[in-house]
Amino acid sequence: MIGRAFDVLSRRIDGPLMATIALTLALGLTVVYSASGGASFDRVIGQGRNLALALFALWVFANVPPQTLMRLAPPAYIIGLALLVAVAFFGEVRNGARRWLNLGVGTVQPSEIMKIAVPLVLAWYFHRHEEALRLRDFVIAAIMLAIPVGLIVRQPDLGTALMIFASGFFVIFLAGLSWKVLLSLSAAAAASLPFIWSMMHSYQRQRILTLLDPMEDPLGAGYHIIQSTIAIGSGGILGKGWLNGTQAQLDFVPERSTDFILAVFSEEFGLAGNVVLLTLYTVLIARGLMIAASASTVFARLAAGAITLTFFTYAFVNMGMVSGILPVVGVPLPMVSYGGTALLSMLAGFGILMSISTHKQLVSS
Amino acid sequence: MIVGQALRDQQRELTVFRNRLMLAGLAIIVAFGALLGRFTWLQIVQREYYHTLAEANRISVVPVVPNRGIILDRNGEVLAANYSAYTLEITPSRVANVDKAIDELATIIDVTPRDRRRFKKLQEESKNFESLPIRTRLTDEEIARFAVNRYRFPGFEIKARLFRSYPQGELASHAIGYIGRINDADVKRIDTQGLATNYKGTDHIGKLGIEGAYEKELHGTTGSEQVEIDAGGRAIRALARSEPLSGNNLTLTLDLNLQRVAEAAFQDYRGALVAIDPKTGEILAFVSRPGFDPNLFVDGIDPQNWDALNNSPDKPLNNRALRGQYAPGSTIKPFMALAALEYKKRSTEFTISDPGYFTLAGVNHRWRDWKKEGHGLVNMHKAIAQSCDTYFFGLANDMGIDTIHRFLATMGFGARTGIDIDGELTGIAPSQEWKQSRFHQKWYAGDTVSVGIGQGYFLITPLQLATALATLANGGVPVHPHLLKSVQDAKTLEVRTPDFARPEAPVVKPEHLAFVRAAMVDVTRPGGTAAPAFAGAPYATAGKTGTAQVVGVKQNERYDEKRLKREHWDHALFVAFAPADDPKLALAIVAENGQHGASTAAPIARKVLDYYLLGKKSEAKLPELKEDTEDEEHD
Repeated sequence: MIGRAFDVLSRRIDGPLMATIALTLALGLTVVYSASGGASFDRVIGQGRNLALALFALWVFANVPPQTLMRLAPPAYIIGLALLVAVAFFGEVRNGARRWLNLGVGTVQPSEIMKIAVPLVLAWYFHRHEEALRLRDFVIAAIMLAIPVGLIVRQPDLGTALMIFASGFFVIFLAGLSWKVLLSLSAAAAASLPFIWSMMHSYQRQRILTLLDPMEDPLGAGYHIIQSTIAIGSGGILGKGWLNGTQAQLDFVPERSTDFILAVFSEEFGLAGNVVLLTLYTVLIARGLMIAASASTVFARLAAGAITLTFFTYAFVNMGMVSGILPVVGVPLPMVSYGGTALLSMLAGFGILMSISTHKQLVSS
Repeated sequence: MIVGQALRDQQRELTVFRNRLMLAGLAIIVAFGALLGRFTWLQIVQREYYHTLAEANRISVVPVVPNRGIILDRNGEVLAANYSAYTLEITPSRVANVDKAIDELATIIDVTPRDRRRFKKLQEESKNFESLPIRTRLTDEEIARFAVNRYRFPGFEIKARLFRSYPQGELASHAIGYIGRINDADVKRIDTQGLATNYKGTDHIGKLGIEGAYEKELHGTTGSEQVEIDAGGRAIRALARSEPLSGNNLTLTLDLNLQRVAEAAFQDYRGALVAIDPKTGEILAFVSRPGFDPNLFVDGIDPQNWDALNNSPDKPLNNRALRGQYAPGSTIKPFMALAALEYKKRSTEFTISDPGYFTLAGVNHRWRDWKKEGHGLVNMHKAIAQSCDTYFFGLANDMGIDTIHRFLATMGFGARTGIDIDGELTGIAPSQEWKQSRFHQKWYAGDTVSVGIGQGYFLITPLQLATALATLANGGVPVHPHLLKSVQDAKTLEVRTPDFARPEAPVVKPEHLAFVRAAMVDVTRPGGTAAPAFAGAPYATAGKTGTAQVVGVKQNERYDEKRLKREHWDHALFVAFAPADDPKLALAIVAENGQHGASTAAPIARKVLDYYLLGKKSEAKLPELKEDTEDEEHD
């Protein structure tokens, strides 16, 4: 009886992936506890609730066959797009950004839906045109990507736009966009940098300037980066010990339980902790790439590849930002930072990976 | 064919996909490698640097101010002590509109106009980021009322502080001095003395008197506390603490009971009194009237009180005992007599016939004796006892100014006594050289004649006069006056008594001293100028009256107090030591505008000596300030 239940629960779960996810999540909870001051379990319990929901989403997505997912992708994309347009007109403004939509029963952030919908719909598109991919197909894919990204940039939510752009770009890249086009696009992008610069919000420009020289404004924009760098550096090889990070516990690290949680982790667990975390991420990514490589349909391949590379991008952008080699972009540390929405889309993505990994026999047979 | 084509396309697509995936994997390895490199750089190579920064972030070293040493009189009565009280302080830089904020504060707790004025003055004198008291000595109720409303007052803080209090008020204020807030000049001095570290956290410093002179003993050693602070600057916990070491406690030579008697004896007269134990140099009473309340200075004096003290015609802030320079008048006569004996310019038997004035050959001027008709036949003894001016005019003229100067210098005139508080003036013991350098003028023989009766260029301070008298009382061995009796070390509690005495030989011959002393005893006996004041005293007093002119009297006029303003009336002086054969106390008194040493200054001496030698207080009153004195007495 119990054995049967377990079998139902775990049938579509990829063992190695799940084990690594579990380890990473456990590590995340440990750090969230420390980052919330180590005095109460409120945050840990809150994050536990987020986790339960996200794990449920993972299980659901793992149990949906890839073909079904592919079929659901275009409507999801359309709904997401509609909601984004609605946000642009009726969205709630919080902290100067119009990102939320009040649906009467609660507020949603439509950009979160797009994190999953965009790579899936592009994978779906390339899957449908797999017989003969032409440049025209890539252009259409690019437009399908550009519309939601453009809407999200305008909210403004640069971090999310960047990640959605990355996920779509990975699909296009993996689908085989020719190097010639890729290189000329990169050149064009480089050429338009001054134009992009002029389109940026002043706080966004400031973040880039801050990266170049954090000491220029040590109490203003540079403060976050200086304090997080101090936290990381002072952690040394083995760290100051759990709950013992002075930078973290005395509030010198800003946003310590969300975007800057890596500084808390690095200070308390040192270089050793960072190596463990990088290893866990590497294992997750490697497993994801393996699933992608052995997937049996174009949709499955592209979706699995894009989801995995997007996950990597999250990890890299966040760690690069907190350690001071990338500009400050509001991107959480995957599976560690406190917060529910990012976790939900992240684990949903891993659910899709598992679905692809465990349904391939059915497809190929 | 089509199927084959499709299969080939699919195969090609898969190859492209896998190649690109491989490329992505490579990029991931490079990116994670870069992160690992960054972490290694920060956490191994730069670890020390960031560790230091992290420690500097969280650890703040807070000075712990030591308790200031307390000051006691010789009987253990408290002259200066500390009490702890709550103050409400404002950091102006953290308040947008200080005046408005104070207005608002005034609706919750009392803020008097005086508090505001004092705060304004402090604000002008300090830097903006310093925390300055708006109210001191808050009651528990006021603290509670502020605490409830504190969210309305950012930049306001209640602090527990130690305050200095001077429980005796005006009594002996010129000897004790006071502490005040450290100003720029103090900061410079502290820096040059290399004491900047020890004064971290200290707001107050001794400014005058004992508080100023013994600042090093009283201040103590500042401790420190390492406090862990959070990003908001709030102290989380103490990490380490080195205790401060309190300042040393000082016991003064002053006898506060005697001081009370002496100050009371002055009634409304301005002036000074210094009473010294001639055997030790200990100052038992140190009076400068009027005094001031040193408590006014502790929290920073408000402008109104400051103006009142500063502009008063009585000059209460002037330490007359140290800085008042007066003509000694006839109180100098015993010293003139001694000088003549020492330099063999007079024998004790030498007698003159006093016509009531003195003339110099070739000078058309009469130096008049205070007694118009003259004293008749006068020898040295009678000249001292009856204070004959004519005798000393001639004596001075025969000695010459430089001989007089030399002797006065051995008695300590014209130089600082070296008392252990600051601000002493030297007075003037004139000489030919002095007049030349001061006025670029030649010394005239007539100048010497006036000096013979303590007038002319001659100026003394009451402290000098008392010291010189103590030297006479001490058998001619120089006395070094001092206010500090002993220091109690705050750490070991050991009491150490600094030695102010130096092994010195008498500066006058004993037989000369005995002669002058006998004449001075007759001053307080029937027939002497101070006989009324000392009538019935059960001990023998060697004394001398004196009167010092404040304005010159023209050749053909007589001094007439009724025609002069009170501040132009003569100063009354008296010097004495007693008991004459075994002196326990030597003193000098100046009662400003007291007119007659015998009637105004001598009774003060009688009260002080009665109390000190007999332990009793007398109720006798001095002549009223505005009373017309009809008696002929003068000196």
